[in-house]
Amino acid sequence: MSMYHTRSVTELSAMLQAGEVSSVELTRYFLDRINNNDDKLNSFITVSEEMALSQAKACDEKLKAGNAPALTGVPVAHKDIFCTHGVKTSCGSKMLDNFISPYDATVVKNMREAGVVMLGKTNMDEFAMGSSNETSYYGPVKNPWNLDTVPGGSSGGSAAAVSARLAPAATGTDTGGSIRQPAAFCGITGLKPTYGRVSRFGMVAFASSLDQAGPMGQSASDCALLLNAMAGFDEKDSTCIEKDVPDYSADLDKPLNGLRIGLPKEYFTHSDGGMNAEVETVIKTALELYRSMGAELVEIELPNSSLSVPVYYVVAPAECSANLSRFDGVRYGYRCENPKDLNDLYTRSRGEGFGAEVQRRIMVGTYALSSGYYDAYYLKAQQLRHLISDDFKKAYQQVDVIMAPATPETAFNLGAKSDDPVAMYLSDIYTIAVNLAGIPAMSIPVGFANSNSGKSMPVGMQIMGNYFKEAKLLNVAHMYQQQTDWHTRLPEEFKA
Amino acid sequence: MTAVMNSEWGQNDNGQWEVVIGLEIHAQLATRSKIFSGASTAYGAEPNTQTSVVDIALPGVLPVLNKEAVHMAVKFGMAIEAEVTDRSVFARKNYFYPDLPKGYQISQFDLPIVGKGHVTIELENGETRIIGVTRAHLEEDAGKSLHEDYHGMTGIDLNRAGTPLLEIVSEPDMRSPKEAVAYMKKIHSLVQYIGICDGNMQEGSFRCDANVSVRPRGQQEFGTRTELKNINSFRFVERAINVEIERQIELIEDGGEVVQETRLYDSVKNETRSMRSKEEANDYRYFPDPDLLPVVITDEYRQQVRGELPELPDHKKQRYVDNLGLSAYDAGVITSSLALSIYFEQVLNEVGDAKLSANWITGELSAKMNREEVDIQNAAVGAKDFALLLKRIKDNTISGKIAKDVLEAMWNGEGSADEIIESKGLKQITDTGAIEAFVDEVIANNPAQFEELKGGKEKMMGFFVGQVMKMSRGKANPAQVNELIRSKMKQ
Amino acid sequence: MSLEVDEVKKIAKLACLNVAEDDIQSYASNLSNILDLVEQMNAVDTAGVTPMSHPIEAVQRLREDIVTDFNRRDEFQAIAPLTEDGLYLVPKVIE
Repeated sequence: MSMYHTRSVTELSAMLQAGEVSSVELTRYFLDRINNNDDKLNSFITVSEEMALSQAKACDEKLKAGNAPALTGVPVAHKDIFCTHGVKTSCGSKMLDNFISPYDATVVKNMREAGVVMLGKTNMDEFAMGSSNETSYYGPVKNPWNLDTVPGGSSGGSAAAVSARLAPAATGTDTGGSIRQPAAFCGITGLKPTYGRVSRFGMVAFASSLDQAGPMGQSASDCALLLNAMAGFDEKDSTCIEKDVPDYSADLDKPLNGLRIGLPKEYFTHSDGGMNAEVETVIKTALELYRSMGAELVEIELPNSSLSVPVYYVVAPAECSANLSRFDGVRYGYRCENPKDLNDLYTRSRGEGFGAEVQRRIMVGTYALSSGYYDAYYLKAQQLRHLISDDFKKAYQQVDVIMAPATPETAFNLGAKSDDPVAMYLSDIYTIAVNLAGIPAMSIPVGFANSNSGKSMPVGMQIMGNYFKEAKLLNVAHMYQQQTDWHTRLPEEFKA
Repeated sequence: MTAVMNSEWGQNDNGQWEVVIGLEIHAQLATRSKIFSGASTAYGAEPNTQTSVVDIALPGVLPVLNKEAVHMAVKFGMAIEAEVTDRSVFARKNYFYPDLPKGYQISQFDLPIVGKGHVTIELENGETRIIGVTRAHLEEDAGKSLHEDYHGMTGIDLNRAGTPLLEIVSEPDMRSPKEAVAYMKKIHSLVQYIGICDGNMQEGSFRCDANVSVRPRGQQEFGTRTELKNINSFRFVERAINVEIERQIELIEDGGEVVQETRLYDSVKNETRSMRSKEEANDYRYFPDPDLLPVVITDEYRQQVRGELPELPDHKKQRYVDNLGLSAYDAGVITSSLALSIYFEQVLNEVGDAKLSANWITGELSAKMNREEVDIQNAAVGAKDFALLLKRIKDNTISGKIAKDVLEAMWNGEGSADEIIESKGLKQITDTGAIEAFVDEVIANNPAQFEELKGGKEKMMGFFVGQVMKMSRGKANPAQVNELIRSKMKQ
Repeated sequence: MSLEVDEVKKIAKLACLNVAEDDIQSYASNLSNILDLVEQMNAVDTAGVTPMSHPIEAVQRLREDIVTDFNRRDEFQAIAPLTEDGLYLVPKVIE
């Protein structure tokens, strides 16, 4: 039995190109793995078996013909936030449970053109609003390292699927940490690119000025390959930047001599909501390894970072309150039974179609934008956002990358925070500032800690870079992964 | 009741009350594609066949701004000598309505593309007034709700959703409904001149909301205003404002207070009524649209667009007066519409007589168009045909009087001017012998009157010319008849 | 900052959400807690700071005025809840 699930995308791609395995074989292999294991995880909402096999067949023909792009025939899962033509795109919501998208997201199109085979659509927090995957209409996803804990969110399905190797890699989106936090909780590698690097067209919008799609994989080198396919200018997205896409795989092996790593003192604190001590030990060990590789550790300040969470919980809900107005039961999606009038159609379709967290955020956003409160909330938040961004700009005059934990603690138990929105929000305390500033950041697995669930769980370290420095981040992460094997470890239950 | 009721609220005719009017005009920009999507803007297609993924607001879609819409807005800014802002921003205006697919309209709020400008209007008495334009901003149109009965439901057609609009907001500078109409006509003419809007009011390409208030003459602060929605003809603007003024004055004089609200004009009942239901929950929660970036206009671009502007109506009017010798009135009428001025110039080109051309266009032709309620584009007689008619007056083939009958026949599709003159035998008699025979006969029949004429009773001249014309059934050349009679008097 | 039940109702109405009477109280307390969190913003004086609505400084790109999208009504309406004669149907709109 070939253990294809223990192979990285980089390896699988080489095998496909060399004809050692066919795409149909690989695709069947992963479809079987999903079928056999996903009842434990609930990481997929839709498995598009038929389409995957027909795509795989086409890929095999291209591979035979020669000159097929690097990712040709590699099976990948898409977060169910990306519109996929002819395939249900639910965004984790009852509202879109019946929505078969009539068009493809640019990310989906780009990846298909790069030769990727789509296995299916992964579970997620409803409309990407959540940090534990518990707000999904399709039920929570379980963390493969401990089925009693959450995988993180909102890209929890993608993280769990990659962690358990039900898919060699997956796509995710990150509005306040939705790639990095689940990557950290599930022990995989995830990258949130610079805002504007990857097209948002076809990605169901949560908070338009914060949302960004990125790869979730086993390693930095896999993420580099995926980002090569995902990134690029898209004329359909006004906020997508017209800038050449470098080959993200080219500089992976660059030595780290003289690399200046900034450590924000505000992140390395134990005061309330701060870092768990065991997590800190793991992070510090990783930092020491970087020092041994020739990097220099520099303490820096991000003085306004403590305001990230409050600012985020004004900006994101405000934008989402408008973004989600299109779900009105008129043109697609959920429509309530027998509306008695127009207002009834609107309020019941939305009241019944959206879950509680989504409604909470819509209400917070509606309030923050409403007459009399706009200046105190929205405008104030946008001003603070400027200060938070400036902090990063200043820091990058001193250092090349910034490192910090991705999360203050390891994965928590299912249900532990689901009744306390504010506690849930604070679990994103280390990831949110990055989205407000729009800079790129990664999370890589750097060890295990027994911080929360009583079981040893993965710890993710966050690496933040300056605008459009994805290649640098991938290089820094890859060099660490050349020295360590955290990223190759599999949860016991999913090893076979 | 002291105010003058039911009168035309014309210039300075409002009794103790002063009327204050501001207009918000929505001009659909004549782009091929929509403001934020690649769907067609053509009018009249089957419902929902001109909608893209963006227009029906599918999840995940994003707007990308149409270059031509920006170009047209800048052109308008240049035409009214406005500040065209360096940096303008799109905002979301949030409200739920079935013809608004996203649940928000993309518009501009605190940073519009066109800032303060002005236009000059001319009143019927020839006076001119400058009306300020506060701003003009780009936004998207909504779809249409069709209220015909679909099993008690309303049908939604989104073809119009996303059509670019320029909303032109005036200062509250107008003091009578007539001024409001003059301003609206001026803007209507201007947007057509610069080619940014087809001006078709039947199809809704050019619509208007009016803000109306009254205040005691001499009072500085404005009275409470009401907003009259969606008035789609020049006639209705005047009537709607008139009845609203009457309503407000009556209300105040009866001890009541005007409530700030949106009102709808009912042209059948000729009354306005409150749309309070719509007003109630309105808190539009404007905020900058994060899907769109600031629109930046450079000096270079401004220069370029300024260079593209055609001759504007005010300038053209002055040129007609100065170079062609037209009266200010005729020049004003002709230049008020780009199409009419083009028609005039085509006619002039053929006929070569500016005054004759202008007289006939502002006179007979305009009267005909008014009677038939058509504009020049739909006039039954084209410029070339019309020019031929004038040529026949000029070369004495027909008299002006006969020409009116010929025009009537042309309008009814009976053929060209020459064909009608020929078939109806209307050609002017210029053969001196034939006319002399008529003159001799008339003199012979009226010897006593002829003696009076010769005796110096000039009034009799009209009688003789009239008799001759009658005898010739209008075809004799009156100048020639006159001359012949005078020569007979000397015999 | 605590939100009253009436305010929550007003917000829900503005957002077109039908919130069950039983849930109003819990939304009120959730929203109040969130607003308390948000209040922390007031700790910093932001006088004179330019609000930032986009993470990156760029200007709007403009699309050529070309028709690129054609009729797909049948496809679009295949996923619509209720249509007739090519129109989306909604309960009677009263002007």
